[in-house]
Amino acid sequence: MGNNFDNEVALNREIRAEKEFNLKDFFFQWEWLLLLIFIAIHIMNAQLSPYYLNTYTLLDATMTFLDKAFIALSMTFVIIFGDIDISVGSTVALSSVIMAVLYNAGLSMPLAIGVCLLVGITAGFINGILIVKFKELSAVIITLSTMILYRGIAYIILEDQASGGFPMWFNFLGWGYIKTLIPFILIVFVVAAVIFYLLLHKTTFGRKVYAIGNNDVASLFSGVKVDKMKIIVFTLNGFMAALAALFLTSKMGSTRPNIASGYELDVIAMVVLGGVSTSGGKGKMIGVLLSIFIIGFLRYGLGLVNVPSQVILIIIGALLIFSVMVSNLLYGNKSD
Amino acid sequence: MSEKSSENKMSLERIQQIREFSLIGFIVILSIFVQFRNSNFLTMSNIDDLLTNTAILSILAVGMMMVIITRGIDLSIGANLALSGMLTSMLVARYPGLHPIAALLLGTLIGLISGSIIGLLVAKFKILPIIATLGMMNVFRGVTFLISGGKWVSAYQMSDSFKAISTGSIFGINNLILIAVIIYIVFYYFINYTRTGRKIYAVGSSPDSAKVSGIDVTKITWMVYSIMGSLAGLSGVLWVSKFASAQSNTAAGYELNVIAACVIGGISIAGGEGKVTGLISGVLLYGILENALPMINVSPFWQNAIQGAVILIAVIVSALIKRRIGSSNKIRRED
Repeated sequence: MGNNFDNEVALNREIRAEKEFNLKDFFFQWEWLLLLIFIAIHIMNAQLSPYYLNTYTLLDATMTFLDKAFIALSMTFVIIFGDIDISVGSTVALSSVIMAVLYNAGLSMPLAIGVCLLVGITAGFINGILIVKFKELSAVIITLSTMILYRGIAYIILEDQASGGFPMWFNFLGWGYIKTLIPFILIVFVVAAVIFYLLLHKTTFGRKVYAIGNNDVASLFSGVKVDKMKIIVFTLNGFMAALAALFLTSKMGSTRPNIASGYELDVIAMVVLGGVSTSGGKGKMIGVLLSIFIIGFLRYGLGLVNVPSQVILIIIGALLIFSVMVSNLLYGNKSD
Repeated sequence: MSEKSSENKMSLERIQQIREFSLIGFIVILSIFVQFRNSNFLTMSNIDDLLTNTAILSILAVGMMMVIITRGIDLSIGANLALSGMLTSMLVARYPGLHPIAALLLGTLIGLISGSIIGLLVAKFKILPIIATLGMMNVFRGVTFLISGGKWVSAYQMSDSFKAISTGSIFGINNLILIAVIIYIVFYYFINYTRTGRKIYAVGSSPDSAKVSGIDVTKITWMVYSIMGSLAGLSGVLWVSKFASAQSNTAAGYELNVIAACVIGGISIAGGEGKVTGLISGVLLYGILENALPMINVSPFWQNAIQGAVILIAVIVSALIKRRIGSSNKIRRED
């Protein structure tokens, strides 16, 4: 999205940052700020409700927000590219609706789950192919139209009905505990987070993602298969959306075509607050993980004291803008 | 050099012509098809309905067109519209004597303030338009909910003069259509024949060159979002007056329809390109689709998917046309 000049500046900054590693830079990082906010939110929540600070509450709270957090993991890759994917909420709806309808049509649940994941993969793959084949159209407009399209298909399939009646064991995904203490979804999320952390920071795949985000033309000339990378990442994003659909559907017990509307905002807010620059090439998985829990616990805490969800919307929206503003001021992003 | 650029301009104009021609052709074919299936389609009263229902969309589309030309996007207009509609109608409910013109101006002012906040974020703080407007969309929605306390303002609370803004007519033409026509004339002149209007294109074509040529990019960007906000505010009053109810979820998701109409009308999302005439055919096609689909018994549940598919096809086809014609210029046109 950014032009070449910006990319060059970003690249220079990156190089400089790596050269002059010192203690001051180390502590002057977005992630430390996030850690402070994270602690502040827990203190605030503990003040708001006396029931907040105990192991059960804290662990249980994670069940309320971790489904969308799965998408944030892969969305991090998309935004590091400098792209965006606003079709994820609709992908969740489409894969969830298809799964429910197929199950109720007599397909076995494991197969229906497989189809659900397949739908997500296909939806993401279509996004990726379109973005690569039509570079002159931005990811914004392509995912905007697939966002309408995917949810539209969900509406065609289920109209204004709800579909559910899943087998008992399916509830385990959203509501199950391991050893009656740790939510199942938390364990899956930790595993996924570790995988995505390693993928982004410890593999050549991750390095290539940063390279493309900094300068896709230079990456192409350096032998990075930019198109292939983009298709993989968008497909991955679709897959994670389908995974989120599984957990969300299990949590809700049934599904409707308008499920997960507005998810894209939450997910993008999580990633951007995590310090991933929307102009591409910058950001760390640790920051995203911290911000997932910041937003999640913030919502949970405000919900505990009956703050209406609309007010929470204002806070999330303001937080999103504020974090981009601060990061732009701190790093002089895109300014002249 | 000059030869190259004139050649470039020629082909760009040809693209526009081909696109507009094929759009108009498509509109004609679609109309004939629908008329064949339902003979009520091309009656005066239905055409009046169609235009009245498309008026608000078309007003918003002019603002969105300018935003998109500067390479931006505004996802907050639905929420902005709801906020100004809610505030204005609450005021009307409390002071029924409020003059309709005052209500319109008030709504526009509220929209202007909301829009200029977004303009400030995008132009001054360099926040990506999609992020800034996505964030503000939620802020506006939340504020609307807070102000109204989740309650509706219903028809019986609104004065007749307020409701007459959208239902009344002058010379037999609905006020909404008249307002839309006036706005189109004003902005057609503004975009094509004033220096500020031309600067919008310059900023969209290449922000860097625009800056070097002495154009205040920040100011233009700010202005564009402020105009968008004002038009959304105006539309808010019209909307509330037309449907005679204001809710906190009024026009949720409507921004997508507006963007779709722009994209179909040939406004390039890459910036710097798009004409008011193209926009009119885009808006018209969109209006006809919305009006005609229920008339030929297409289930309302199909509409979302059809809209999505139409947008996708429209952007892809326009990209393909441009590629075919401008392939030799493509590399040079990048900046």
